[in-house]
Amino acid sequence: MTLQRLFGLVLPVTWLLFALTCVIAAPWLPLSDPLYQDLLKMLEKPGAALWFGADSLGRDVLARSVYGLRVTFIVSVGSVALGFVVGGSLGLLAGYFRGNVERYIMAGNNVLLAFPPLILAVAMMAYPGAAVPKLILVLGLVVSSAFTRISRVNTLRFAQQEFVMAAKAMGMRDLRIMLVEIVPNLLNPLLVFALLGVALAAVAEGTLSFLGLSVPPPTPTLGNMIGSEVSSLREAPHAVFFPAAVLFLTIFSLNRVGEYIQRKLDVRESAV
Amino acid sequence: MRPLLEVAGLVTHFATPRGVVRAVDGVDFTLQAGETLGVVGESGCGKSVLARTLMGLLPRAPYTINAGSARFMQGGVDRDLLRMSEVQLREVRGRSIAMVFQDPLTSLNPVLPVWRQIVQVLQQHSDLGRKAAQDRAIELLEQVNIPAPRQRAHDYPHQLSGGMRQRVVIAIALACNPQLLIADEPTTALDVTVQAQILELLRSLQVQHRMALILISHNLGVVAGMCDRVAVMYAGRIVEQARVDALFATPRMRYTEALLRAIPQLAAPSHAPLHVIGGAPPSLLATPRGCRFAPRCQYVLPNCSSQEPPLTAASEHQHYACWNPVIHAQVSDGQVSDGR
Amino acid sequence: MRRILRGLPAIIAVLAAVSMISFALVAFLPGDLALLMLGDSATPETVAVARRELGLDRPLYARYLLWLGNALQGDFGNSARSGQPVIDAILERLPVTLELMLLTITLSLLLSIPLGVWTGYRREGMTDRVVLSLSMVFVSMPSFLMGVLLVYFVALQLQWLPATGFIPLSESVVGNLQSMVLPVLALALHDVPVYLRVLRSDIIQTLQQNFILLARAMGLPTAKILMRNALRPASLNLVTTVGLGVGRLLGGALTIEVLFGLPGLGQLLIESIYQKEYLVMQAIVLFVAVGFVLINLLVDVLYVLLDPRLREEHA
Repeated sequence: MTLQRLFGLVLPVTWLLFALTCVIAAPWLPLSDPLYQDLLKMLEKPGAALWFGADSLGRDVLARSVYGLRVTFIVSVGSVALGFVVGGSLGLLAGYFRGNVERYIMAGNNVLLAFPPLILAVAMMAYPGAAVPKLILVLGLVVSSAFTRISRVNTLRFAQQEFVMAAKAMGMRDLRIMLVEIVPNLLNPLLVFALLGVALAAVAEGTLSFLGLSVPPPTPTLGNMIGSEVSSLREAPHAVFFPAAVLFLTIFSLNRVGEYIQRKLDVRESAV
Repeated sequence: MRPLLEVAGLVTHFATPRGVVRAVDGVDFTLQAGETLGVVGESGCGKSVLARTLMGLLPRAPYTINAGSARFMQGGVDRDLLRMSEVQLREVRGRSIAMVFQDPLTSLNPVLPVWRQIVQVLQQHSDLGRKAAQDRAIELLEQVNIPAPRQRAHDYPHQLSGGMRQRVVIAIALACNPQLLIADEPTTALDVTVQAQILELLRSLQVQHRMALILISHNLGVVAGMCDRVAVMYAGRIVEQARVDALFATPRMRYTEALLRAIPQLAAPSHAPLHVIGGAPPSLLATPRGCRFAPRCQYVLPNCSSQEPPLTAASEHQHYACWNPVIHAQVSDGQVSDGR
Repeated sequence: MRRILRGLPAIIAVLAAVSMISFALVAFLPGDLALLMLGDSATPETVAVARRELGLDRPLYARYLLWLGNALQGDFGNSARSGQPVIDAILERLPVTLELMLLTITLSLLLSIPLGVWTGYRREGMTDRVVLSLSMVFVSMPSFLMGVLLVYFVALQLQWLPATGFIPLSESVVGNLQSMVLPVLALALHDVPVYLRVLRSDIIQTLQQNFILLARAMGLPTAKILMRNALRPASLNLVTTVGLGVGRLLGGALTIEVLFGLPGLGQLLIESIYQKEYLVMQAIVLFVAVGFVLINLLVDVLYVLLDPRLREEHA
């Protein structure tokens, strides 16, 4: 096993599976309460009892990291799923029907893209409401613009090919054509981007929660853990570095796996 | 008279994961100053690789394996191009030996105006100041018959027609008055009408500057009109080399004969079938034993597939490598001799 | 020039749409806007005054036009808390953010162009491998993480540079630059891998072109070939990416400004959300979006300058 394969695929996949398992099984794992403040143990260094140490309010960093990662996963996967469905459909409609439909959809997309990505997200967090659904909605909207583009480009590619014209000639209804002929071909490029999109969304969630705009404290998110403990960086770096490492490893692994899949699918396409 | 270029046993092999590709497998020829040598052959016979080997443009070892020698006369001293370092070669390239490629559009930088591309080369090989170099560039454009050179100089490649682009490429090649110009399929990408113009241009420039020319082409017609001597290449080797008139009148090697026969004749009846050479050139990864053309040759003898034919002299200026060459009846004026 | 004029209607349409969205962001906030902004301590009189000023009793489109009209004259209203005109607050903070962005882009390009050209030229070489591995790590690190790491190692452990605090240019140039080093680095290290990879891939493609071979055949040295002949045609995608990167910068700069305590637009935006200063938030969103549109316009112009094939003057 070459070094490259190890770091490129094996470790990232292992981490992702491990992290996912921990996050899903969190309520049943022997973790302490992430919200419980043991003021006697403020900023305690990592040791036998507290593997990741304690933060400035005496809370268990390990438990908080696991629950924080949970938020990260839910938000990033959720928003990408939303963007996938919305953006994918819009792009499909635009690429298939062309004409005015395409013009309006792409114009709307361009307006969306005219906003620097996080600015919109930040502003929309000013709205009241539960954080997680809000985040999924907001980030999903931002991500959908990329999905729309990819979906449209690929729809254009396939819609002009012969098997679509053949289906039309046989009198198939548009909706059926779209679903049966075109969508299966779209899945590949969209899914490839989806994996990278999850990484991007995780970064966005981390950034927003660092700024305090995600799930409000005391609920832990990786970002707000880093943000709130930054002031004790000198005395207790562990309170910042463990959540940081968890976030980094997750994003890194998502990126690597995404790139691997992209390479594999690109090679297959070019062989065709 | 010492030849300008003396190539002996030139070998260029490429080490690939699938084996060694013997692109050029032992080539010998000489070239005198001011002479035009045509190199003819099918795609993949090694003629382009030969040209690039001479210019040192191939990736270095260990991917490329070279052997043999290519002695080039520069300023009274002859040196082996194959043994020169990259730094030394850079002195030769452009200044003493220049090259023209097949596709003029991709040969020119799309984002630089024409004058800049010429001046770049001028300033590299001479001490000309900017203004002087620009003037010289316009002079060169004039020499290659580009109308309104002063205005055209500021154009970009995509604004010029194919023929004009190739003229620009030639102008760049001539910038420093090289002694040898290697033209690799210079007219293949051009319209037929333009082809003649470019060849004419090359001819006149050659005479003007007393430049030797190696003209590489798969088109025998192009070669016939331009060259003093012709070398026919097949699967990495020169299989026949002769003065141009001798080659066309009395080809010896069967491959040459087949090539000449394959040229459609204007005088032939309209439904006459085209003579094609069946089969395909051998893979350069696994060259066959014996004569490389044997698998496709109509006149193959049992000997041909086991032993490589040596280069035999038909006359002082015609050499061929064939076990079963064409026999020409002796002509009474003694011009053509029978070479068995 | 003609291209810009031709594209103008589309741009104006986008700008109009952007302004509508910026307006809608605040207009659709549930609840009484005036009350939200003034908070609990407001008296009914002040609330009434605010409502009138904001035009809250008029229909939506009228409010939009009122707001837009004022905005075009530079009047974004006044801060509910301090009474300071919003435009003043923005202009106060703008130079800091601009400086941050400018320095970041400069550093990013200074690093990514040479590295991109070199690794494109010497693929699979030592430098290429090292750079690519590092790139993958840096790309996966959000700017604020990078910032935290830098603060820890450089500021706290090595004590080379201050951790936070901003010294304006007017006070001391050296001090200003010192306080900007870590923030700029945190942002740039995230962008460099992206730019580098784009440039590298284009350089690899460009170097395979015939005109590069011809340049070599004419004896031009490698350095000249790379920088004078290969770089320009290969830089188109880079320019696009940098244009988009500026947009990302605006988002990343938010966190960096907060982390390092730089008094820029980003910090103001976050504050305005916490303090329910919705007029400020609205104005910043508008500013930033308009700026982004203009920058992408600039990118289009740069395109044409870089690649003469895109110019349509000659037939």
